[in-house]
Amino acid sequence: MAKITAGVATSHVPAIGVAIDLGKTEQPYWKPVFAGYEYVKEWIKEQKPDVIFLVYNDHATAFDLSMIPTFAIGCAPEFKPADEGWGARPVPVVKGHPVLAAHITQSLIQDNFDLTIVNEMDVDHGLTVPLSLVFGQVEEWPCLIIPFAVNVVIYPPPSGQRCYDLGKALRKAIESFPEDLNVQVWGTGGMSHQLQGPRAGLINKEFDNEFLDRLIAEPAELAKEPHIRYVREAGSEGVELVMWLIMRGALEDDIEVKQRFYHVPASNTAVGHLVLENSSHSAGV
Amino acid sequence: MSTVKPYHDIPGTTIFDFDMANKGYHLNQFAMSLMKAENRERFKAEERAYLDEWAMTEEQKQSVLARDYNWMMSLGGNVYFLAKIFSTDGLSFQAAAASMTGMTQEEYAQMMLEGGRTPVGNLYKKESQ
Repeated sequence: MAKITAGVATSHVPAIGVAIDLGKTEQPYWKPVFAGYEYVKEWIKEQKPDVIFLVYNDHATAFDLSMIPTFAIGCAPEFKPADEGWGARPVPVVKGHPVLAAHITQSLIQDNFDLTIVNEMDVDHGLTVPLSLVFGQVEEWPCLIIPFAVNVVIYPPPSGQRCYDLGKALRKAIESFPEDLNVQVWGTGGMSHQLQGPRAGLINKEFDNEFLDRLIAEPAELAKEPHIRYVREAGSEGVELVMWLIMRGALEDDIEVKQRFYHVPASNTAVGHLVLENSSHSAGV
Repeated sequence: MSTVKPYHDIPGTTIFDFDMANKGYHLNQFAMSLMKAENRERFKAEERAYLDEWAMTEEQKQSVLARDYNWMMSLGGNVYFLAKIFSTDGLSFQAAAASMTGMTQEEYAQMMLEGGRTPVGNLYKKESQ
């Protein structure tokens, strides 16, 4: 059977992608950011996931205002890196897992999560920056990836509770797939940032660290936080953090924290990163 | 039933909700069109003529010509859509964000290096006045 072994959370700041693509990772500004990802780069080589279910948001790239799905699952065999206005990032094409994606879709819809099914979609920095941070510069991504796009552009995004519950249903979906697969669930976006208006540049270290503490220790309580707390305290774009709750919901209650990292700034944003293993996986069960 | 908007007391922030999205539909779709290289070229060659192809209000067109991002957002622009405009201009997200705060890019970048804008006094309009 397929098994969820671990979760990864990370910010997906576009400037991080630019720093990687232009070879700036050793520059003094960027070095402390990438230092926080040295652990995961080694860890992933041991873990060798077969599939990553990657939760991210589209930034007005694949979805303009003509159609805005709240939860969209990528069911195609492949997804091209998008041209976001300055040419596509020089990263590999993302290979999907249409059979597992179809299984997950069916299971989630039958569990009352009405997903939008997407068969043609370019993927933007929200998806490719986390892959670059973890796998580095590679010719091919070393595993299959199911993109899962969450609307956080137009308010309201789905609630933290809805995301957390979806994560739980996702675990049931993935772990009922008959093939033996090592699956990871990643949650991306955040942490505190505001990209617009006179309040742009807001960073709330206290909020961010409380969020990390609670995501680890009491996610069911954290899921109850309303949107207004995120947008007020973590910035208008900080509300992306609800996506991390999908990842956390897909994991067991008991987890081992393998890496926790927090840094300010990357461009306009606070960078947060977690590597969480299911305790049963860490114990070799 | 009226929609509850608890975010109206957040200072310096426009939440892109459905009212703003309706207001800014054509402005945002215009910005989206700049993801195609040939459209960027046409826009750069003759901005006004290109804007006139879109069902935008005159004020929306003026806000684009002025590159006043706060003005554009007050007319329904969303920053991820408007990003296509400043990318066409070759500006970074940080430069564009700085322009919305009234700071120079250098001052803004320095604020970020020093840990960003503090939440103290910036969470409620009543505190920031």
